[in-house]
Amino acid sequence: METSIYSVLAFYVLAAIILGSAVMVVSMRNIVHSVLFLAICFIGMAGLFLLLDAAYLAVIQVLVYAGAVCIMIIFGVMLIQRTDMKHSNLFNRQTFLAGGVVALTLAVCGFFAGTTAWADLAANTPVPEDSLGQIGQLLLSKYVIPFEVAALLLLVALVGAIVLAKEVKANDND
Amino acid sequence: MITISLTHYVVLSTILFTIGLFGVLTKKNAISVLICIELMLNAVNINLIAFSKFITPNDFIGQIFAIFVITVAAAEVGVGLAILIAIYRNKLSVNIDEFDWLKW
Repeated sequence: METSIYSVLAFYVLAAIILGSAVMVVSMRNIVHSVLFLAICFIGMAGLFLLLDAAYLAVIQVLVYAGAVCIMIIFGVMLIQRTDMKHSNLFNRQTFLAGGVVALTLAVCGFFAGTTAWADLAANTPVPEDSLGQIGQLLLSKYVIPFEVAALLLLVALVGAIVLAKEVKANDND
Repeated sequence: MITISLTHYVVLSTILFTIGLFGVLTKKNAISVLICIELMLNAVNINLIAFSKFITPNDFIGQIFAIFVITVAAAEVGVGLAILIAIYRNKLSVNIDEFDWLKW
């Protein structure tokens, strides 16, 4: 389906950006730098979504993840960290044990990803051009109940976050 | 001719998921555990959208699921940070090793 050499090249460049910045997110010792690399990782992923013909999700990825989530985490860091930032993101004592678990996960998942005959499942039809219109139609017809539940979830999360962050102030008044 | 198949995307998202898992298991700072959970959720999103393109391109099931995953991830970050701010006020620390109220 993707025969153009440019899309192949774009995939490898985006994969390198995503994986490189993800490794930097985990290995950086300063948490603000980690969040910076997280934003780069999310923007690379938006490019990957464009390659996958999901233009709406690419826009949402930049808007929600690179915009809202990263800024919110930076705000959280600024509200919480009061000691030095240079050593704000260290490893704990379980690094070797976790490395073993992760290597095992990677081996098993990679083995099955590599050996499954995905080509038999492929539909070999292109994604329709007007994907945004069709997603909108589906969200408000077939998937309207999950859509409303997601809206309710966001409302509950909003109220819950306010209540949780306010908690101590109420105790101060006593 | 080299083409990018579904396998490439699945392997990419597997590697990204394991990087996130490594961070979740090894980081001391609770905020950075939240960040690594975001990485894992994004790996899942790549999988969902790749399957949506290659297997059911006309149904958009994967893309709609990815929208819900993004919604849940945003809610999770908001509530998670609020919990961390509340914990920080009581404990003056965000080191995960010191969160031991549930230990018996």
